[in-house]
Amino acid sequence: MKTRQRMITFCFTFSFLFLFWVVFSGKFDLFHISLGVISCLLVSWITSDLLIVTHDVAKFSRLFIGFTLYIPWLLWQIVLSTIHMFPIIFSPDIHNKINPKIIKIKSRIRDHVGIVTFANSITLTPGTITVVANMYGDMVVHAIDDECAEALPGDMGEKVAKLFAE
Amino acid sequence: MIIYIAGVLIIAGLFFFLVGSIGMIRLPDFYSRLHSAGIIDTMGLLLSMSGLALLILNEFNLGNFLSAIKIILIIVFIFLTSPTATHAIVDAGIRAGLKPWEKKQ
Repeated sequence: MKTRQRMITFCFTFSFLFLFWVVFSGKFDLFHISLGVISCLLVSWITSDLLIVTHDVAKFSRLFIGFTLYIPWLLWQIVLSTIHMFPIIFSPDIHNKINPKIIKIKSRIRDHVGIVTFANSITLTPGTITVVANMYGDMVVHAIDDECAEALPGDMGEKVAKLFAE
Repeated sequence: MIIYIAGVLIIAGLFFFLVGSIGMIRLPDFYSRLHSAGIIDTMGLLLSMSGLALLILNEFNLGNFLSAIKIILIIVFIFLTSPTATHAIVDAGIRAGLKPWEKKQ
């Protein structure tokens, strides 16, 4: 069983790396393809247990589908908060318009990749920046005004928590 | 047709670059300026790079298609690394003891 799982992760890593090789090289003659096969075999032999840490195929595919649904939503949130930043940047009285503050939030995500996803999503939306995030779900966030501060953890936290729910 | 859509996307992206730069000059302190820099490397990058990808797909062949994929990969990698860099900068600021600007009550 153990060797079979190893074979699956090895094959997956190899095909993932080789796909990137083909895209980046763009040359399809025998010489370049065989160089790609050799180096991808070498790299996936060394690192196949690092790229894919879970052996659970069902969980992996669920995460994949979850991410494909989450990314368009995140892009839409980025558009919304960029529009929210516009009147702040162009306001003549900018020092009254903003109210920067550092807030502490608690999220119920425990998964490491989930925490990183959530922290990166917070930083990617203009108006909020993650200062500290740890593996217990405590986060320190710098927000530019009250509205940005109140919107956390909110919808985004719920969505990421649902994505990484056990 | 596709060339006009690409042009609109690139110009919109440049507009967001401009807005982010203006914000970077106008906002009062180090931490709040990073918010404005966030506009540049999300909206500005996303729009201008997708405009470039469309522009290169105007003449469709395998080489151009691979170039378009590479441009999309630029977006993916910047979306992964830019928050990490921002986090490192903010964390360095906090550790060095720089106080955030606050509104006077």
